[in-house]
Amino acid sequence: MSELKFVYVTYIATTPEKLWQALTDGAFTRRYWFGTAVESDWSPGSRVTFRSDGEAHDTGEVLDCVPYRRLSYSWQVEFHEVFRRERPSRVTFELEPTGGAEVKLTVTHDEFEPGSKVHAAVSNGWPMILSSLKSLLETGHASTLTSPEQARGARERAIALAESSAA
Amino acid sequence: MDDVFRALADASRRELLDRLYAHNGQTLNELCARLAASGASMTRQAVSKHLAILEGANLVATVRRGREKLHYLNPVPIHDIAERWIGKYERHRLSALAELKRGLEAKK
Repeated sequence: MSELKFVYVTYIATTPEKLWQALTDGAFTRRYWFGTAVESDWSPGSRVTFRSDGEAHDTGEVLDCVPYRRLSYSWQVEFHEVFRRERPSRVTFELEPTGGAEVKLTVTHDEFEPGSKVHAAVSNGWPMILSSLKSLLETGHASTLTSPEQARGARERAIALAESSAA
Repeated sequence: MDDVFRALADASRRELLDRLYAHNGQTLNELCARLAASGASMTRQAVSKHLAILEGANLVATVRRGREKLHYLNPVPIHDIAERWIGKYERHRLSALAELKRGLEAKK
């Protein structure tokens, strides 16, 4: 039986250093992640805060941090009670140079609890966020679909998806 | 992007993506067993070949677990394509149309 888990891969024409900054600098994440500033000092054990519209809506803890190679944190989605009840899931970013002009970025999201609503809610979000990240690093422009103006809509859709998955 | 369209141009490969959409993270054995159970006629060799093409197009991501290789649907390249031709406002209209079509067809 396969556990609940997502594995997303994208190849981005950039350097591991720039990609690392894009993943760890809140001012940067805001631009491609529905306005979400992901903030931490990135030492293992430190707190991670997900903030948008000035408000901290989710939290996490740094599990592993190897600059330019690997970043892993737990993620407790708290912006709605349907998610707050669940245990934190885990997100891991792995960066691998391909030898060419691109960096392979693998995002693994796992450790969901069985029947997780968070799992249902994030399934739509990641491909949009990763496409936008790629576009931002390669062209200087993030997707308008994941801009800060879309943050409220994205949260509402996530709640709707989570509630419809109850059936 | 050519790789993605080429990979998607084959019905058997789209079937494999559907199977991974339904159950993400399957081994080759699990995929073959599920296909056989539902009467699909794809040999193990064909499944293996199609998976390699899908992986080459980055539509399938693989993860090693001990001696097993797990296959995950990777929709990011499909999203990159949608992103290129579907605008911000169209998306909501398109999803409303898709909902309407699903709703009407389900009632038949």
